[in-house]
Amino acid sequence: MAFDSFSAFLTMEGHGPYVWVCYGVFVLLLTALALWSRSRRLGVLREQRRLLKLEESSPDEQVPAAASFSRIHPS
Amino acid sequence: MWTLFHKFGSPKWFYGLAGRLMPWLLALGLGLLLAGLVWGLAFAPKDYLQGNSYRIIFIHVPSAFLAQSVYLMMAVAAVVTLVWRMKLADLFVRAVAPVGAVLTFLALFTGAVWGKPTWGTWWIWDARLTSMLILLFLYFGAIVLGSAIADEKGSARAVAVLILVGVVNIPIIKYSVEWWNTLHQPATFKLTEKPSMPPEMWVPLLLSVLGLYLWFGWLACYRMQTEILQRERRTRWVRELVRAEGH
Repeated sequence: MAFDSFSAFLTMEGHGPYVWVCYGVFVLLLTALALWSRSRRLGVLREQRRLLKLEESSPDEQVPAAASFSRIHPS
Repeated sequence: MWTLFHKFGSPKWFYGLAGRLMPWLLALGLGLLLAGLVWGLAFAPKDYLQGNSYRIIFIHVPSAFLAQSVYLMMAVAAVVTLVWRMKLADLFVRAVAPVGAVLTFLALFTGAVWGKPTWGTWWIWDARLTSMLILLFLYFGAIVLGSAIADEKGSARAVAVLILVGVVNIPIIKYSVEWWNTLHQPATFKLTEKPSMPPEMWVPLLLSVLGLYLWFGWLACYRMQTEILQRERRTRWVRELVRAEGH
């Protein structure tokens, strides 16, 4: 350990506030990035699940058959 | 060769690969980062000139390194977008641009807080600091431009051109400390020379740099997966995946 005591570690001979603010903001922003990415993922999944359900519950919107065939008798 | 190229370009294939890589990237990245930071904060010796404020280097240098690397990676992806129209390349740019912006902000912020006790000022308009600020604006530009254009292909191309124009800023950042007189100290790591620091200082620094790169790898994979889910939502495999996750 480069410091004699825990309080020396915290104050860092007067440089403590500068150092700790930097480490704090670093950890905070990296955590925020991860959480934001996670909430976006969950949001995308939720939205798509909703759309899938909508599709499944409204059969009238199902695509009709592309063509129908009937036999014709020439002559 | 071409089959490999197509495979690389396939979002489905990438989605699976990212899923397999992510646990390793996250565990290794966080482990190295934590080791480097604790070592740097508590165990590395004090700098004889700057005192303890130099401990900011263990987050400042990794953030600044990665901020520039991410931009270079985006530039490579921009070339791929323009030349081969590969969808994954544009997805990568969209996924990582906000991360690059945050890293650039961190480099600027920690630099300013480090500058106060070391130089006596938070900010000065010198070459290194100004070119880094321009990098932040380039990231903002890429993010805003990407969301401003609705047409997917047009938007991808516009962002790619912006990124390639801005890439001229990267060598300016790198050599600014040599070309101009600046308050900023010269580079800590050079490929051709041994570091000017003792190993008790540069080993933890190297650990935190590697850790942050791996952590970024994890986050980039995760965010690209999300972009793929969004962009490929009409494909059968994404529908099945969404349905499976719902239960």
